[in-house]
Amino acid sequence: MSTVHDVPRTRTRKRKLNRFAVARVLPYIILTFIGVLFLLPLLWLIFASFDKDATLALKFPVHFTLDNYRDTVTNQENQLSFANGLILALGQALLVVIVAGLASYPLSRYQMRYKRPFMYVILFATGLPLTAVMVPVYQFFLYFGMQDSLFFTILFLTASALPYSIWMMKNFMDSVPIELEEAAWVDGASIWTTLRLVIVPLMLPGIFTVGIFAFSGSWGNFLVPFILLQSANKLPAAVTIYQYFGQNGMVQYGMLASFSVLYTIPAVALYIIGQRYMSQGFSFGGASKG
Amino acid sequence: MEAVQARTTASKRRNNAEQWRALVFLSPSFVLLLAFFFVPTILTFYFAFTNMALTGAAAADTQFVGFENFKNMFQDASFRTSVWNTIIFLIFSAVIGQQVMGFIIAVLMNGRSRVFRSVIGSIVIAGWVAPEVVCAFVWFAFLNDTGTVNTFLQSANITPIAWLYTFPMVSVIIANIWHGTAFSMMVFQAALGDVPREVEESAMIDGANAWQRLTRITLPMIVSSVTTNMVLVTLQTLGSFTLIYALTGGGPGLATETLPIYMYHQAFVNYQLGYGTAISLMLLLIGIIASLIYMRMLKVKL
Repeated sequence: MSTVHDVPRTRTRKRKLNRFAVARVLPYIILTFIGVLFLLPLLWLIFASFDKDATLALKFPVHFTLDNYRDTVTNQENQLSFANGLILALGQALLVVIVAGLASYPLSRYQMRYKRPFMYVILFATGLPLTAVMVPVYQFFLYFGMQDSLFFTILFLTASALPYSIWMMKNFMDSVPIELEEAAWVDGASIWTTLRLVIVPLMLPGIFTVGIFAFSGSWGNFLVPFILLQSANKLPAAVTIYQYFGQNGMVQYGMLASFSVLYTIPAVALYIIGQRYMSQGFSFGGASKG
Repeated sequence: MEAVQARTTASKRRNNAEQWRALVFLSPSFVLLLAFFFVPTILTFYFAFTNMALTGAAAADTQFVGFENFKNMFQDASFRTSVWNTIIFLIFSAVIGQQVMGFIIAVLMNGRSRVFRSVIGSIVIAGWVAPEVVCAFVWFAFLNDTGTVNTFLQSANITPIAWLYTFPMVSVIIANIWHGTAFSMMVFQAALGDVPREVEESAMIDGANAWQRLTRITLPMIVSSVTTNMVLVTLQTLGSFTLIYALTGGGPGLATETLPIYMYHQAFVNYQLGYGTAISLMLLLIGIIASLIYMRMLKVKL
């Protein structure tokens, strides 16, 4: 803001200063404009969720109310869909952390002949679009009678998250110094004790990052439950929202908006928490500079 | 001599124990990946050559049909349309849209005040963190006949436009730019942060203007980030299903029918699983190529 006061003070250099001021202010103007454009669609969601008679257009809630939230939370179908989403996401995140954590130990610590090819396959699999395998996965599930089951959906979600999770876990494990383990061995600790008392505490940031990544991935996933689950009482929130606004006819936008906000909150909260650990997990970034 | 021998057998035994432990630790991953990821992926190659269906005669008796599905596919006008739509969607929403937008934001943010940066950054990231279904809902409302955009247009005395029907492809592209820009923005912010300040300063002293500094110094220095980001964004967008499906369902007509949505329609709406798999094989092959390029670019050392 200081430029505003500076300009009239030195008249002889006014033109030059003007150009300088414009060059300094212009990025702020452009960025503010972009920011507003990005904000508007979201702002509608937030305003509508507090508005008794919300429409599809952005307007400040004149009759501010929490009724939408109350109705959403007390609705039993909604509770069920949130519970299903939680079961899927928590179950998957837990499994991913355990399975990837176990795998990362030998991958980080031992010399193995099949380590390199395994890591290459893992890295390769992180790139494959999940959408491309959904049809054969459905056939596979159909053949073995696994469709419409939360349990097998969790297993599939776990498998699909494993490639990047193992990759990240291994990188975290690599950063835990081996000397501490060796000290524990010398003191006579078994491998399990060492894992539990030395490795896991040191790996906590990594474990949280992978867990958060996995959780938000399956919490936000629409396609997998949409294809693998059919019974209405097994569908998670992602599919329920789609069904609500996919229906034609009268829709209560305020309630749907509050549902969406509640459904988005865990994703946002976990992102913020995860940010603290995030930077440590991305050895991708370091490697990509080539 | 004996001591040496004893030591080597001991280390051999330890090595053996390690190999066993490694196997035990890795087996849950092996089993899960094999059963739920690699087997279905490999099955794609088989199912794509069958006439598997959920209903009708082919449902009871699935047969190997050779290249039948692919012959039909290449003669199918809707397939060609969906390939074209996929390319348009990919190029304009991801390769150009998200990357250019992400780059502009990252460059302009460079050197601004912290508070301002984190406010704008948070807004952009919010669209990325929000689940895809919510993004679709938000844009469904935003572009609706009675939505925010049309309300603004009306207040400026412009006739409202039914965006999702009149400009469906433009609509989903804009929605996807909104949803995905944050990723590119963060990649470019990280890359720009690594460009040494002195290089730009010395160019400035030598009289290079802002545009020259951008194109001659900054861009060449972050080019590897740009290419890696390009491949990543391509892979993400290639499999993009939810946003388009929830927003337009691939319509109106075939206007926004991309390959994933066409695959879904053939497999789960027309119940032609074999044909649907043939389409997913196409997606998979493009994915495999992009994934291999991505691996080459990372130049990982294991």
